Amino acid sequence: MIKIAIFGFGSVGQGVAEVLLSKGDVIRRIIGDFEVVAVTDSKGGLADENGVDLAEALEIKRKRKRLPEGVTTMDVIENMDFDVGIEVTVTNIEHGEPGLTHIKGCLKRGANVITSNKGPLVVAYKELARLAEKNGARLMFEATVGGAMPIVKLVKNDLAVNEIYAIKGILNGTCNYILSRMERERLTYDQILAEAKELGIAEADPTYDVEGIDAAAKLVIIANALMDMDVKFEDVERVGITKITPEAFEVAMEKGYTIRLIAEVDKIEGILRVSPRLIPIQHPLAISGTLNAALIRTDLAGDVVVVGKGAGSKETASAIVSDLIELYRCRD
Amino acid sequence: MLMTIVVELKDQPGQLLKALEPISRFGGNIVSVFHQRDKITPLKRIPVEITIQIDEKRVEDLIEAIRRNGVIVRSYNKVKLTATTSLLLIGHIIHTDLGDTINRIDSTGFAEVVDMHISMPQLNHPSTAMVTISATNDENLKRAIKILKQICREKDITVIEPLELQ
Repeated sequence: MIKIAIFGFGSVGQGVAEVLLSKGDVIRRIIGDFEVVAVTDSKGGLADENGVDLAEALEIKRKRKRLPEGVTTMDVIENMDFDVGIEVTVTNIEHGEPGLTHIKGCLKRGANVITSNKGPLVVAYKELARLAEKNGARLMFEATVGGAMPIVKLVKNDLAVNEIYAIKGILNGTCNYILSRMERERLTYDQILAEAKELGIAEADPTYDVEGIDAAAKLVIIANALMDMDVKFEDVERVGITKITPEAFEVAMEKGYTIRLIAEVDKIEGILRVSPRLIPIQHPLAISGTLNAALIRTDLAGDVVVVGKGAGSKETASAIVSDLIELYRCRD
Repeated sequence: MLMTIVVELKDQPGQLLKALEPISRFGGNIVSVFHQRDKITPLKRIPVEITIQIDEKRVEDLIEAIRRNGVIVRSYNKVKLTATTSLLLIGHIIHTDLGDTINRIDSTGFAEVVDMHISMPQLNHPSTAMVTISATNDENLKRAIKILKQICREKDITVIEPLELQ
């Protein structure tokens, strides 16, 4: 019996709970029996050695906006028996908390961790990787980069013996939505941003997305975890999309280009940056809407391109469950 | 146009000036002057390679003028620019001395702005320019882009680079 604890019960945590419920049979066929022994949020939680009723937890959360008081995340990490912690609390890329403490706590006691939380990995990937190794645990983080777009395990498993020279990608769906709408409608940045906010694609304060901060955080994870580099967030050269004009698309289009925000890490050229770039319109990275995409340049496999939904609770849950499968697969 | 002229000069004071004086007279810009002292001729003349930026139409007259000054012109060639790329600039391109921006690329001697398409929506609004730069090779093209990015940082112009250099 695999014992799971879920830390964080916002849209991602709830998405995971829903998938564990709705796809429980399929998952059990692949990894064997499992049980969620704890679910916590910032206010409280539910815990039971014999299994928490996920449907009930979802119901309580929806009705009361919070889980019952009395159980805390650190209580669970320090005192309960579980095999894998799913850490899906809020991202903070400056200090990584509270996720960093949660992940360290799990790894120290030898429990595996699956996370969608970029903060702890941006702040302390190498330290966490060492901690995991020392304690015989594994740290899984497919959901931190590209949402449902497979990239972490693609590089670590399928491209395992390849040297990764460079990865360039569209790692922020909000920016890609704004740019592809500007391309099509020839409206100003401000007009499309207002539209994106109304549709819930952009946050009220869109800085994190439009200034390339989110993409830069993902790029740091890619560089450190997939390309064996040792870089910090501050090392990323970063230009956002706020100054791009509708005319820029017109002028670019005359030469057969469009504009996209590209995160690029290149080991050979020593490049680590997020910036708007001219992309030939027939190029695989010239994608539209909230999609993410990545082009992986390798020595053996040549160029590999992946495209997928970069955000959303179902999509992120898909990535998290794929990590769960990777950890415990016993049948195809 | 970027070109190199190789002249042979006697090893005496004042010789170089005879070769250089006509260049400014014909509106050329001297990019570099390189004395090839290791390739001295049997008659003890020193080959000097001069790289200049000049209007293509005035080249023949210039060469004629240098020769009239008593200087031997061994050869002259247009510098081949084999690497080309386009970049997009967004900002107050005209008001921040466009001439200076172009000149700082052209005066490198290894790259030049070969094409520019500017779109100005309204007065006092940022304009957009597609700039095409050619250089003698890929390495120099990268150097030219670095210089352009530096200039644009100074002038608060956003540079949109191509995904790959063709």
